[in-house]
Parts: sequence; C-alpha cells; structure tokens
Amino acid sequence: MKKITKKLFSAVLALTLAFAVGCSNNEGSSKSENSGSKAAYRTVQEIKDSGKIKIGVFSDKNPFGYIDSDGKYQGYDVYFAERIGKDLGVEIEYISVEPASRVEYLETAKVDIILANFTVTDERKEKVDFALPYMKVALGVVSNDNNLITDVKQLEGKKLIVAKGTTAETYFSQNHPEIELLKFDQYTETFNALIDGRGDALSTDNTEVLAWALQNEGFTVGIDSIGAIDTIAPAVTKGNTDLLNWINDEIKALAEEEFFHKGFEETLKPVYGDAVKPENLVVEGGIVE
Amino acid sequence: MDNMGLGIIFEGNNLLRLLGGLWITIKISFISVFVSIFLGIILGMIMTVNSRIIRVITKIYLEFMRITPQLVLLFVIYFGATKVFGIDIDGQTSAFIVFILWGTAEMGDLVRGAILSIPKHQFESGTALALKKHQVYLYIIIPQTIRRLIPQAINLTTRMIKTTSLIVMIGVVEVLKVGQQIIEANRYTAPDAALWIYGVIFFLYFIVCYPISKAATILEKKWASN
Repeated sequence: MKKITKKLFSAVLALTLAFAVGCSNNEGSSKSENSGSKAAYRTVQEIKDSGKIKIGVFSDKNPFGYIDSDGKYQGYDVYFAERIGKDLGVEIEYISVEPASRVEYLETAKVDIILANFTVTDERKEKVDFALPYMKVALGVVSNDNNLITDVKQLEGKKLIVAKGTTAETYFSQNHPEIELLKFDQYTETFNALIDGRGDALSTDNTEVLAWALQNEGFTVGIDSIGAIDTIAPAVTKGNTDLLNWINDEIKALAEEEFFHKGFEETLKPVYGDAVKPENLVVEGGIVE
Repeated sequence: MDNMGLGIIFEGNNLLRLLGGLWITIKISFISVFVSIFLGIILGMIMTVNSRIIRVITKIYLEFMRITPQLVLLFVIYFGATKVFGIDIDGQTSAFIVFILWGTAEMGDLVRGAILSIPKHQFESGTALALKKHQVYLYIIIPQTIRRLIPQAINLTTRMIKTTSLIVMIGVVEVLKVGQQIIEANRYTAPDAALWIYGVIFFLYFIVCYPISKAATILEKKWASN
C-alpha cells in the first residue's frame, strides 16, 4: 500500500509539473510567447481570413449576456459583440462561459475575445490583456422609502446590510467604520433582512440594487454610486496586441456615435427604466471620469 | 401573474431548447456509459491478473480517476491539453474522454469485485471441462459477473447521467444550463419561473433515469427466478 501511495504521489507531482511548465510558457515577451505557449492566439488578419470570430459571453446574466426565448444571445455585452463582428466583417460564434472559466478560455485561446462582464482587476491583468473599458460599476445603497437614505452621513449609527466577501463589505469597513454592518453569507438573505427591517439599508453592486429596487415596491436606491469605481472591459489572450489595438481603436471610434449609450437604451433601459442614469454605467471611448 | 412561470416553458423555442439540452445530456452519458461498460469489463478482468506490476498500474489509474473531481478532469482535458501540448479538443469530445476514462475506472473496479466474488470452483470446473481460459471467461465467468454487476452498474449509470451537468463548465450547454438560461432571461418578468423550470428539469431527469432502474429490477427478478 505504501508503495502505491508513493507512486500515486509521484504521478500527481509529474502532472502538476507539466502544468506549471505549461503555464509559465504563457508569460514572457509577446513574440516568443506565441510560439512558446502551445495555444496560439489569432491576429485580426487571421480572424478575418477564417471568416469567424469566437467571442465568450455569459448566457445567464440578464441583462448583460443572456439567451432569449428564441435561443438568440442578447444583452449589453452581446450588443457590443455584434458590432465587433459587423465591423470586422465576420460571423460570430458565441461561446457560453462561466465566471470561473473566463481566464482559462483566453489562456488557451479557445475564444478570441471575452465580453462577459469582465471586471478589470490587477490579478487578472497578469493573465489576460484588457482593452479599454465600456462600462463601470460602483456600489449602491438601497433603503426603505419611509426612511430613505440619500447620503452616507445619514447611515451613522444605523445598521447597513452587506454580503460577506463583497466589495461593499470591504469598502464600508475600511472607509466608514462608524457605520454598523450586518453581514450575511448569501445575497438572498441580505435582501430578506432589508424587507424584514433587520437593517436600515443594504449595499452591494449598484446594478444589483437598482434592479432589485425596481421589483420591490417601497424601496428606492438613494445612493447609486459610491466607493471605488470598477471598470468592465473586453479581454484578449495575453500578448495579442494586434487584436487588442483593434478593439481599442474600435472603442474610441464608437465614442463619436455614442454607441454604448445606444447599447444602454436597447438592453439596460428596459430593465432599469429611469432608475439608472446611463452616465453611472456607460463608458464611452474608454474614458472613465 | 398566475401560471406565468409555467407559461415560460412554452414561450418561443424554450421547450425545444430544453429538449435539445436533454439530448446532449443523454448523448454524452449514454455513449460514455456504453463504452465504459465494455472497457470496464476488460479492465476488470485485467485487474484480477496475478501480476504485481499490472495491479499497481491499474490501481494508480483507478485511484487517480476516483480521487480527482470530475470537474478537474474536464478542465485538465479541455484546457490542459491545449496549454501543455497545443491540442485543441472541443468541449463535447473532452466530455466523452473524461466520462469514458472515469466510467471505465469505476466500472473496472466493480467488475473486479464481481469476478473475485465468484467462487473459485467455477474457474476450476470450467478448466476441468477442458475449456480454454478465454472460454471459461466467456461462457462461465462473465455471464455470472454481469448478473452480480447490475445493481452497482445502474447506480454508476445514473450517477454519470447526473454528473453531466458539470460539462457546462467547458462550454457544452446541456439541459440544466438551458434551464438556468431560461430562468435568468425571465428574471425580471417572471421571478417565479425558477420553481417551474427546475420542476420540468427534475421530471426530464426522472424520465431518463427511471426506465433504467426499472429495467434493472426486471432483469434482476428474471435472473433470480431462473
């Protein structure tokens, strides 16, 4: 038995090593990387020649990337993807991705672009290349209409509900220690706690609170943008500067016609109504104020 | 508002899409199960061979497949093969590879156990009748093994069918994912759709798995009475 365990251990070790080697190949300078990493990304010309671009999107994140009842991809991310396909003059093959597999898809070049509500973070920047942002998110605070909170100062001495591990928890405990936090493990619990009146207000991503407030009468988002602003951007395989530059030029060019405002009107407005000002979500030309 | 959730199922192509997803689930699990049973019987016979090296190798294979979560295996084949060797395997093929590798390992161990449970005199009597080794296996051992295998094999089959819900992680959209897509697409217009859609999915899994376990019971009864 001991022998078997030992052999098993070495087998696992060998496999891990093989992976480490494979992964480390992905780093390094752009030119050698393309040949070093076995997964080869495609340049703009190669995509055009093949007549098809592979774009990874969410298929279950309404209203950003989802599938309608006819089986067609829809949403804010998809609206941009469609335009990319049109301007490249190629067909689009959508690939349904999950939050946890987005980086892997790019590292293995199984998709050309990820357009799946991909928040730009330093950790991710080491593994993929982000283009200019086309959307931004911040925190929002929702509260009962009878006791509407429109300013952070009003929260002093009151209970604010947050979900554990979210940016809301980090932000308020670091910047506003005077506010008492009521923490829950799950999102549904936090919303239920607000309805029950266990807390005075609730904070999480502004897109989430805005959508929730629309469904739940008697609650309004009093603060729709607070805390650090995160941006959401398309991403390509690390080192694929050719495609990256093309996307950046595209985003800059689209600013003239206010393309992303149109995307907002088409996809987000039907959901958020007038509760959200496009200025709080949409980023034109990659410029975040 | 009433029956909104149920109505969602019949909206547009939703029902067709669910059935399409179910077809993917059935295709991947049934083909994998079929191949696994065939290869598993061979592996099981190999595992009973009286050689230390073969036993160690098969044991490593079995334990590796058993310990590693299927999700990790899917990632290793789908993403790992591309990263390390530059081989681009599509999602469905990766799923087949993983499920066959896993199924064969589990099935092999079940077969090994079943063969070992067959009394030694069955082998000896066969040999005494001047049957060659492969004939002993083909006519005496395997038929008895298969009977003893049925309950566990059915268990493994239904487990494999249910585990196919993981393949969505490598981009293969099966019935459960289609369900979630429908729920999410209607989250603002019909928040109660989830209950109905999951109900339908439960029913779909049931009509796939139930006949299998029913058939197994009938077979067992039939053989028991013989």
